[in-house]
Amino acid sequence: MNAMTILVPLVVAIPLIGAAITLALGRRHSRQIAVSVVSLTLVVLAGAVLLVLVDRHGPAVVHVGGWQAPWGIVLVVDRLSALMLLISALMLLGVLLFAVGQGIVDGDSETPVSIFHPSYLVLAAGLFNAFIAGDLFNLYVGFEMLLSASYVLLTLGGTGARIRAGVTYIVVSLVSSVLFLSAIALIYGATGTVTLALLAERIPALPSGVQLILGLMLLLAFSVKAAVFPLSFWLPDSYPTAPAPVTAVFAGLLTKVGVYAILRTQTLLFPENPFSVPLLVVAMLTMLVGILGALAQADIKRMLSFTLVSHIGYLIFGIALGTPLALAATIFYLAHHISVQTTLFLCAGLVERVGGTTSLARLGGMLKAAPVVAVLFFIGALNLGGIPPFSGFLGKLALFQAGAELGTPLAYAGLAAGAATSLLTLYALTRAWNMAFWRPRREVENYESSMLDRLADDPHDEGTVITKTVSPLMVGATAAMLTLTLCLTAFAGPVFAFAARAAADIEAPATYLDAVFPNGTP
Amino acid sequence: MSASLTLVVLMAVLYAAGVYIMLERSLTRVLIGFVLVGNATNLLIFLMSGRPGGSPIITGTVQDAGMADPVPQVLMLTAIVINFGITALILALIYRSWWLARLGDAGDDLADEHAGETTSSAEENFRSSSDDDDAVQASLDAGEEEAR
Repeated sequence: MNAMTILVPLVVAIPLIGAAITLALGRRHSRQIAVSVVSLTLVVLAGAVLLVLVDRHGPAVVHVGGWQAPWGIVLVVDRLSALMLLISALMLLGVLLFAVGQGIVDGDSETPVSIFHPSYLVLAAGLFNAFIAGDLFNLYVGFEMLLSASYVLLTLGGTGARIRAGVTYIVVSLVSSVLFLSAIALIYGATGTVTLALLAERIPALPSGVQLILGLMLLLAFSVKAAVFPLSFWLPDSYPTAPAPVTAVFAGLLTKVGVYAILRTQTLLFPENPFSVPLLVVAMLTMLVGILGALAQADIKRMLSFTLVSHIGYLIFGIALGTPLALAATIFYLAHHISVQTTLFLCAGLVERVGGTTSLARLGGMLKAAPVVAVLFFIGALNLGGIPPFSGFLGKLALFQAGAELGTPLAYAGLAAGAATSLLTLYALTRAWNMAFWRPRREVENYESSMLDRLADDPHDEGTVITKTVSPLMVGATAAMLTLTLCLTAFAGPVFAFAARAAADIEAPATYLDAVFPNGTP
Repeated sequence: MSASLTLVVLMAVLYAAGVYIMLERSLTRVLIGFVLVGNATNLLIFLMSGRPGGSPIITGTVQDAGMADPVPQVLMLTAIVINFGITALILALIYRSWWLARLGDAGDDLADEHAGETTSSAEENFRSSSDDDDAVQASLDAGEEEAR
């Protein structure tokens, strides 16, 4: 037991203990904040140390309770897991600070805060558990933890709109969970194990028909969570109704766990990439349908939700290509997209408070009212749209290179769809920026422009404009997270090299297998 | 691998009925459907443990081959606990949406039945109810004495 393996269970244990303490401190709000911030900071530190150690010494493996792998639960942190751990812990911490800033300004009157911190920490624990899970069932438990917490966070306050959105979200998530559990049962029946490292050996030995069914069931279950078209219909209706920090975490992290699970299972369990062609088609459709939906939205939060769906398409595109370069690009893009999407949703939260609404039809003059927010949103938008030199451009470039390298007609079609999506993303976001920030306040009334024709407003928008003050902590948290996305740009070389090493790990599962079973598989 | 046909048929019926009921609009029926589908999945996991009738895993009693596979049982237990928690959450959600549908947001502002009570009047309530409890207890004790 060395330092590295002690850290692995701690990333789940610390947030869970923190959740218990914050639950006990229900009424002592400032102490709750302190406990949450401290526990997430500890996880960030643990994640950073793990990242360095795992990169240097290879995967960290923990056999929980001393039970060896086929019988006990095994936790594995390889380069991909470590990267996901660190980046999601940073996001959770940043959003937590934003939420604290918002709570301080509001005097905590709006939401029942006593349950916010425990649910948030349980969500974090579930997320980390999913990233370090070394067997399918532990992955399922991680998913359930984060989903249960997300049900609570989405329906915070229990207003009509949130209950309505929550019902769709919960029922859809339940169906995908049942599908995942059934897939686990069938996989156990076919192979007699749920440990990923053993499955990597036993699944390829199964008859191809059985492999196909098992793979498809897993893929379907994860695709619902990752919001891959056509299983993405639930997302734009449910995410935007939650409080701004909650939406930011959901958008940045929850869909990405689904992508992570697809990436992990497809590379480890189905190394021959049998779903390459259907995944390519689905990736293209996700990109195009998502971004076309974004173009029609007048509400910034809904527009961002649709761009979220469309950019999941890039990640699926990379997984479908399946070459080492494509996987490296996918991992880099995953890190980029988590950070930039979270930041943009936080910016939308700031816009909502300063401008009083997120509808483009009623926003204007924000550049004068809030110049800092304008700059934050603008840089985030350019980054998401893929303008050089930002990390969005670098990630897309690497993906396109991988597509061109493969050179099949479908890969080129995906490349074209990706380029179109990138341009349309830029159009949707700069239009939002132009309308909300650049347009003078006095021109908002009776504004005539082809850009605003045929835009669909949020169906539940009541047309009210309620401006609220913004605390420096909220702007500071958003700015810090934007700085992080810029760091991904500035240090793109080392980060991409790391992503390439992580991709090499998952491309050749031998590293993973050797780490879990140093003496050969039983 | 052999499995009990009865359980397979039961699982199929539960899945079919559950999915059918989940397609309804009413949230209560969705919950019932979810419970059915969840139990069908538990049965599926159980069926995957192989031939029924194996002995429990206690060392030194039977040979390894005769033992029941414990892993699916563990998976089932975990799944049952998770389903239980989620069922409770959906019940709360159903109650809340029923509340909103019946009363709307105004429901949250309904007067509290204890509004306007002062500390002393509340204490008075407690005292009178505890007096009642004492009287009931006394009569019960008296009854027991008589029975002896």
